[in-house]
Amino acid sequence: MLQSFSLFRLVCWIILALILAVTLAPFWIVIKTALMHSADVFTHSTDLWPNDATVVNFKRVLGLMSTEESIKAGGSGAKVNFSLAMFNSFVFTGLIVIIQTASAAASAYAFARLRFPGRNVIFGLFVASMMIPGVVTFIPNFILIRDLGWLNSMLGMIAPFCLMQGFSVFFLRQFFISLPKELEEAAYLEGASYFYIFWKIAIPLSITPLITIATLIGINMWNEFLWPFLVAKDESHQVLTVALQSFKSQTPQGQPDWTGLMAAISISILPTIGLLLLFGRNVVESVQFSGGK
Amino acid sequence: MSESSRWLAALWRPFSQTRRAETFTAYALILPALIGFSLFYALPTIRALELSFTDWNMMRPPKFIGFDNYVKLWHDGRFWNGMKLSLYYVLLNIPLQTAIGLFLAVAMDRLTRSIFVRSVVLLPYLLSNVLVALIWLWMLDPLLGVVNHLITSLGLDRQAFLGSPNQALATVAGINIWRHMGLVAMLFLAGLQNIPRNLYEAAMVEGATEWQMFRHITLPLLRPVMVFVLVTSVTGSFQIFDTIAVTTAGGPQDSTNVIVYYIITNAFSFNKMGYASAMSMVLAAVMVLYTLIQMRVMRASDSDLA
Repeated sequence: MLQSFSLFRLVCWIILALILAVTLAPFWIVIKTALMHSADVFTHSTDLWPNDATVVNFKRVLGLMSTEESIKAGGSGAKVNFSLAMFNSFVFTGLIVIIQTASAAASAYAFARLRFPGRNVIFGLFVASMMIPGVVTFIPNFILIRDLGWLNSMLGMIAPFCLMQGFSVFFLRQFFISLPKELEEAAYLEGASYFYIFWKIAIPLSITPLITIATLIGINMWNEFLWPFLVAKDESHQVLTVALQSFKSQTPQGQPDWTGLMAAISISILPTIGLLLLFGRNVVESVQFSGGK
Repeated sequence: MSESSRWLAALWRPFSQTRRAETFTAYALILPALIGFSLFYALPTIRALELSFTDWNMMRPPKFIGFDNYVKLWHDGRFWNGMKLSLYYVLLNIPLQTAIGLFLAVAMDRLTRSIFVRSVVLLPYLLSNVLVALIWLWMLDPLLGVVNHLITSLGLDRQAFLGSPNQALATVAGINIWRHMGLVAMLFLAGLQNIPRNLYEAAMVEGATEWQMFRHITLPLLRPVMVFVLVTSVTGSFQIFDTIAVTTAGGPQDSTNVIVYYIITNAFSFNKMGYASAMSMVLAAVMVLYTLIQMRVMRASDSDLA
């Protein structure tokens, strides 16, 4: 029995080590390629170490070099500026996280604690909206945003996401229901208004789940591709995902500009790594929590 | 508490007025979400249904054509090919991804709670589909990619992967397994940590093997998490789009022209808004049906621990 137990632990270690290796290896390939001269791609693409490391690829994808210089260094001549795309991604994600979290908290509290006509019907519709595939609403939403003249604007990019997302409301409602009622009842007997109770009592008790849902919204929106791709193709409003895709497809026939692409990817990964270094525990636990307790 | 809210509270004390205040506050609180829901979910869904009965290229006004789009999709081989490919894709993606995630979770539950290990495992999921697809597009490049280098150094034949009609869909599935296995593992790990340890201790006293404990304690008690993982990952997987848009654009030879990719190209490349809407309605019906059946079959809400 003891023997099978330790054998089991050995198998566990092997699985874990394998998964970690498979997870991490591609990142080395990305960084290594980003540090290569683009001319070396055809001869040294499979070396484990860049034979003559250079930061020229980083410079050109950040728009720090003139077009001529960048073509000489292996670029396609396409205008690229990943610092702008990074900035757009931050604004896009940040606005949605703030507005959606606030809106979800307010409505979730009402669904959890207040009695009002239509409560169950409206909440049911919110939950049902989670089942509708994105592609169904994206077509009419695109037409709406176009008719409003909001194509290639931050407003058009955030509009469909920022006010309501079924999961955020559902998640926070579950939390508010689980919160003990005593404090709120005491405040009510003291004569506090419902809004006062929500704002001054329930919200301060909900900081942890609010951070959790904000983190989950942030991860999803940072990675969103299709909607910004449809409504904000213009370079001035491209987010990182759209900029990466268009950088890849801008290259002429034949091979994409691999070293430039890998430099752009390395830069795009940095905010995620930074987030994990600063708030790793919070991020991991937020994701774990999303599946229900 | 401010003087004014005390005053308002005093004013609203009588029952019916209290009720009115409650209703008023509630609607004020749900208003932003309700606006968002109405404008960007409810109305567009109704609008999509409406569009599905029209012929519309976005230039001229929509023309009502009744059920023609639905008749057309019934006879459209590429529509059914898209549905079939999405189903194949789910089968290539989900079983392996769920199994790897589950075993990784069991291994981590036994070995380590390290936040560093958990962060590394979750890292691929924190990166966008687009970014992950580009990384693998490079690694799987037929000529220069490191994967083919490894394969040939083992004395095997070079593979086309994304360039081959037989391998492209499975390759896309592999890429997404890489991105999602850590997420699935994290969700299972959270579920595992809720299983009372004394169940395992009791089983060990009885002489149960690891496999018996996994089969008779772990798996049954993970059911609620399993339902969540399966519902979200199967519906998400059936709607695969991003990775395909970046790596294969539906090719080669339509071998990855999955349903959402086919719908999006009809809508935004060929401007067939009515036809695309009709197809999206069929897709929505399939997804809703699947979710309801899955919840029903696996009795999502009740846990065996409760």
